Amino acid sequence: MSSLEFEILATAMMVSAACAMPGAYLVLRQMSMVADAISHTVLLGIVLAFLIVPLYGHPLMVFGASVMGVVTVLGIDLLKRTGLVREDAAIGITFPALFSLGVLLISLLARDAHLDEHMVFQGDLVYSVFQRLELGGRGFGPMTLWKMAGIFLLNGALALRFHRELKIATFDPVLAATLGISPALVHFGLVLMTSVTAVGAFDSVGSILVIGFMVVPPVTARLLTDSLARYLGLSILLGCVSSLGGFWIAWTVNGSVGGSISLVMGAMFVVVLLASPRRGLVADWRRRRRQRVEFAVRMLVIHLFQHRALGQRTEENHAGHLEAHLGWSAEFSRRITELAEARGLIRRVDTHWLGLTSIGQRQAEQSLAG
Amino acid sequence: MQAMPPALEVNDLTVAYRDKPVLWDIDLQVPTGVLMAVVGPNGAGKTTLIKSVMGLMQPAAGSVQVFGEPAGRQQVRRIGYVPQRTSVDWDFPTSVRDVVAMGRYNRGGRWRRADRRDAERVARALATVDMEDLADRQISELSGGQQQRVFLARALVQDADLYLMDEPFQGVDAVTEESMVAVLRRLQEQGRTVLAVHHDLRTAPAYFDWVALLNVRLIASGPMATAFSECNLRETFGGSAPEWANPPVTAAG
Repeated sequence: MSSLEFEILATAMMVSAACAMPGAYLVLRQMSMVADAISHTVLLGIVLAFLIVPLYGHPLMVFGASVMGVVTVLGIDLLKRTGLVREDAAIGITFPALFSLGVLLISLLARDAHLDEHMVFQGDLVYSVFQRLELGGRGFGPMTLWKMAGIFLLNGALALRFHRELKIATFDPVLAATLGISPALVHFGLVLMTSVTAVGAFDSVGSILVIGFMVVPPVTARLLTDSLARYLGLSILLGCVSSLGGFWIAWTVNGSVGGSISLVMGAMFVVVLLASPRRGLVADWRRRRRQRVEFAVRMLVIHLFQHRALGQRTEENHAGHLEAHLGWSAEFSRRITELAEARGLIRRVDTHWLGLTSIGQRQAEQSLAG
Repeated sequence: MQAMPPALEVNDLTVAYRDKPVLWDIDLQVPTGVLMAVVGPNGAGKTTLIKSVMGLMQPAAGSVQVFGEPAGRQQVRRIGYVPQRTSVDWDFPTSVRDVVAMGRYNRGGRWRRADRRDAERVARALATVDMEDLADRQISELSGGQQQRVFLARALVQDADLYLMDEPFQGVDAVTEESMVAVLRRLQEQGRTVLAVHHDLRTAPAYFDWVALLNVRLIASGPMATAFSECNLRETFGGSAPEWANPPVTAAG
């Protein structure tokens, strides 16, 4: 791997780590779609800031452009508060309009700037590393890498310093207010953090991958842990792992780095959704199946118990009639009967009829009592 | 000697959604050290009353005083609030212990980190509500009654002087309800004041010693023995008076 390629990989990982912090809280606050809106409308902020101060990548410009993210969320909140438009629709109304204005302004006014419509959606990791940071005639690597490292450190410091405020205001805003934490301040602080990150990541990865980095690793991490600290750490880690995997694929097939990373994140989510040890669909399916079998055994025991007065050989306790009486398939009846027999709950009477053992009898009595 | 100010004093409080009044001109005094039930039919404004005291709603008129001072940021910190359990997202990734510890935020300054004393207080509160075995349980695995007890424990560690509770017994079984009432009694013995929205008119006289009857306006308030009369109940709940299977005060005395 050349040093250029290494820098591309390092930049992608840094962007993903920086996005994880606001993203993890946005997901917990059910604001994923707000990440979508912000990552698009900051384009208008970037264009406006660029027209006023034509210094691309300057910290002041980053903060100026980020104001547009706050404006977007204010607009969404105001629309919602009229009571005439719901939140999802308010997002759908606000951001295409602001985003399109940004695109239009680029095509009209900033034709010669290195902002173009293609980059808006995808960014360009490869291009972004060609902008070098130079101080006193010496090169210090790609500008974007340093910028994102700064944003990552800022996000991390804020998250550590305000972790209790973020946690309490997210879980229970009313309690937060009574404890002297302003839920509105936390809300807009997080929105500003999201905007700064989206602006910073815009030229390297574009809006789609920013949404991906903010939403997919946290949602995946949430399926793997119930601890807040581990959830936050895993969000960063999974973002970095996806960047690594995506970069490797892009390198192998000589394709788009951003696109490969998005794809890897999606695949990673699907795998975890299926295979997560406690919350995954496979674990859930197995749990359900086990519960169904356990319940069926109890049901058989109770069925035999309820009809014990009828005698030893009746319609009700014939092993071949369970299908009709309990609505089971022949195969399932056989399995449950064998299982109950193996556990010593029931016994055979002349091969075809079933009777309860004393253990089975006791279990039935307990089940009915409890 | 100056008389002790009431824990809560509400004067001429009117709250409205646009032009629809939810509370009309409420005058209510809650003396320090009482257990007061707030009863009234659905839509009577019980939750709105509590939220207005907490400063979570903008009243159209009126004032609220907490321990003799206008309710503001400072006074609100003397209040422990137990919301309805449906008001939060129980799928949040955290443990029972951690939710209770949230009540310790801000004790002794914003910059202070949680220490051993906080951990002990949290453990004691969990024991008080019989939840110490579930301290490390993920909160999404709790039953409704357990969620309610977590909120009660969280309010306990706040060391508040006035507790406002919005249906604290919602979804709680009879045994747990008894033990939660014992917790309220202990708060009273320590000189704290409790104001709780309560739905069960049969248990109200047994659990509480004061009562406020509310139906948009305040019908009556005072000691249980005088205010909880059949006449006041009829006025509060209208002709189709509900579940007072044992007419409380009139039958008893």
